[in-house]
Amino acid sequence: MIFSYVLRRLIILAVSILVASAVLFLLLRLLPGDPANALVSIGADPEQIEAARRQVGSDLPLPQQFIQFAGGLMRFDFGNSFISRTPVLPEIGARLSVTVPLTLGAFLLAVVLAVPLGIIAAVRKARWYGGLIAVVSQLGIAVPVFWIGILLVTLFAVQLRLLPSGGFPARGWQRPEAAITALILPIVTVALVMAASLIRYVRAATLDVLGSDYLRTARALGASFSEALVRHGIRNGAVPVISILGIELASTLLGAVVVERVFSLPGLGSMLLLGIEQRDYPTVQAVLFISTLLVLLVGFAADILQRLVDPRLRGVIGSRP
Amino acid sequence: MSNLRGGEILGKGMKAAAMATAMMLVTLAGGQAAAADFDPDATINIGSLYEPQNLDNTAGAGQGLNEAFNGNVYEALFSLADDGTVQPALAKDTKISEDGLTYTFALQPGVTFHSGKALTSKDVKFSIERVTSADSKSSRKNSLKPITSIETPDDSTVVIKLSSRSISLPYNLSYVSIVSETAKDLTSKEDGTGPYKLASWRRGSALALARFDGYWGAKPSNGDVVFHYFTEATALNNALLTGAVDIITSVQSPDSLAQFKDNKDFTVAEGKSTTKLLLAYNDRVAPFDNVKVRKALARAVDDAKLLKAVWGDYGTLIGSFVPPTDPWYVDLTKTDAYDPESAKALLKEAGYPDGFSFTLDTPNYDPHPIAAQFLQSELAKVGVKVKINIITANEWYTKVYKAHDFQATLQEHVNHRDIVFYGNPDFYWGYNNPEVVDLIKQAEASTTTDEQTAKLKKANEIIAEDAASNWLYLYPQIVVSAKSVTGYPLNGLNAQFYVSGIKKAD
Repeated sequence: MIFSYVLRRLIILAVSILVASAVLFLLLRLLPGDPANALVSIGADPEQIEAARRQVGSDLPLPQQFIQFAGGLMRFDFGNSFISRTPVLPEIGARLSVTVPLTLGAFLLAVVLAVPLGIIAAVRKARWYGGLIAVVSQLGIAVPVFWIGILLVTLFAVQLRLLPSGGFPARGWQRPEAAITALILPIVTVALVMAASLIRYVRAATLDVLGSDYLRTARALGASFSEALVRHGIRNGAVPVISILGIELASTLLGAVVVERVFSLPGLGSMLLLGIEQRDYPTVQAVLFISTLLVLLVGFAADILQRLVDPRLRGVIGSRP
Repeated sequence: MSNLRGGEILGKGMKAAAMATAMMLVTLAGGQAAAADFDPDATINIGSLYEPQNLDNTAGAGQGLNEAFNGNVYEALFSLADDGTVQPALAKDTKISEDGLTYTFALQPGVTFHSGKALTSKDVKFSIERVTSADSKSSRKNSLKPITSIETPDDSTVVIKLSSRSISLPYNLSYVSIVSETAKDLTSKEDGTGPYKLASWRRGSALALARFDGYWGAKPSNGDVVFHYFTEATALNNALLTGAVDIITSVQSPDSLAQFKDNKDFTVAEGKSTTKLLLAYNDRVAPFDNVKVRKALARAVDDAKLLKAVWGDYGTLIGSFVPPTDPWYVDLTKTDAYDPESAKALLKEAGYPDGFSFTLDTPNYDPHPIAAQFLQSELAKVGVKVKINIITANEWYTKVYKAHDFQATLQEHVNHRDIVFYGNPDFYWGYNNPEVVDLIKQAEASTTTDEQTAKLKKANEIIAEDAASNWLYLYPQIVVSAKSVTGYPLNGLNAQFYVSGIKKAD
């Protein structure tokens, strides 16, 4: 059962990736500007601009450019950056070594914070602290992530001098202690914002479970409140939370760009921004392709996980909210 | 790419980690008071907003490469000193023939590349031809057009023949980085002769230079230099405040200066820049083909007020395109000085008694949008309506620079000695005055620098009198550093930043 589901889901995954990359290709070329422009400076003559266009291939007709792009894609070859002239893929690898730990670290911290707090907020909703958690999480959603970042930098870096204000060691993970210190504030920043919205979902899912008939039945059959909640409640409540977690993880991966900017981190987001500014098509295409792939994979994993938790879903394609 | 120097940094970092976190120690080191003695092996951490796009300035590396590499990793036959004078570098001796068409350069002896290969005349020929080749993206390609041949009679002699006199040849050659003719992949590696070699470069983060022990010239007064790149000025300022960097090469907003100015741990130094902000008209199209209209607009804008609004007490007013560090500078701020009443009168004379309206193509990054709004309100006072059209830097090249499809635009011009652009009628602003074209051509053919200076001064006065463009102000060049660090260049001509004289207190 689960295997035929996985197979169908994989086919959808492949088609999504193909469509996404064709759309990316076209959208990029609809932007005004020319990648050759990033290679010239004031003082260049018309022949030099033409030479730059020939070099990056922006003088070729669009269908021909697409064939080149699609051909490369088949071989998983994203080509060389127009600007740095180096292969794009290794550079993405270097950037992911910042963005992935940042995203996963923030995600784990957010889950660790949000799941217990969300359950407490629901179970103890009549107590003052249950209400307080709900109110603070509401506030947390309203606060922009860069503002939290700036606040944390001012406090922990500029005032207390406990952590670096930004940047990433030039030697990266060869200096693990420096790399980790560099990521602490960014991780906390993202985690706080992510936890705020997660708390609300966990709270709502728990409230749902608390009002359910099966929980009442379990209690009637003699289970204690916490036994019933752990055995039946969490499993049922987890299904909607998993799909929210998947969405949160995916959007953090892409949304890390804001935090990367505040903290001057050499991540995937800053690579994408610069690439768009310079119309560096190979870079932008590859970054978007890889991040689309990651997002689709996260969605895929969330769907599979949901079906492992709840076998009743296995006939349904897509996620159940 | 790892090397001994980098290993030393790592070693220090490990020791630091044993006591506290590495970053806390960096903070302590940065906050130390200035001492008379300096550490000859110190690592200098430099914060900058200008990361190179690649490492080859014939392949569109951008101004970030000038900052990190010129004079540090790469040297040229000549160098442009911080005071704007041209000094011999790899060319030890220069002989010019009577007719000015043959230059014979004797190379500095005992120079080796970072790869260990000895410098020969063939490397020089190879390097110049890289700049003049068909594929070159160098903005200096045109200035080397008079070169007809480069001969290498022996290993230490280079003979350059010209089609016409070119008094700026040594100056123009100061832009030609000398690379080894055997070097490969110069967009991500280097093989130069400078006092530092490239240790590592992590894109989006940092570029590390390590002292080259085989350097032919004076030994640098520090051990390593790391350029840390930032995309946000606030993050850069925080890095200096917390001691993660020792120097900021070029502060781009005055707002942040207060926190350094009133702080005894930092030095704020103002030098001279060559970056000019201008309102460039398309002089080919009406109404800007009319000199009276251009003069009227020059008089309608209170440049001093704009400069104050953007830069506070920093920056310089200019009356033309030529900054004070160019030898042909003349104070022309009195030409078409601020006078809105006479601006209105001039507009009336030009046939626009009720003003007119035009579209101003404005790059989307600072300070252009603020300057555009200021111009809009200033020009409204004389009846001229400005429609602001925000575009990206990339679109600017396609629309304005290449297609000349614009009425007026705002743009910053960074280069030193760039008045020559007014001698090119095909340039984006389309200024075409045969007398200026001729003067600029003659100046290049001068036999003495005095003659060249006199001709360019004259050209400078004419473009000001013609109000060819509206030169708003000259940017300040502000370097902020920790007190413990001294010996850095102040003027930042052409975005260069020589690091070998920087000292860090022990």
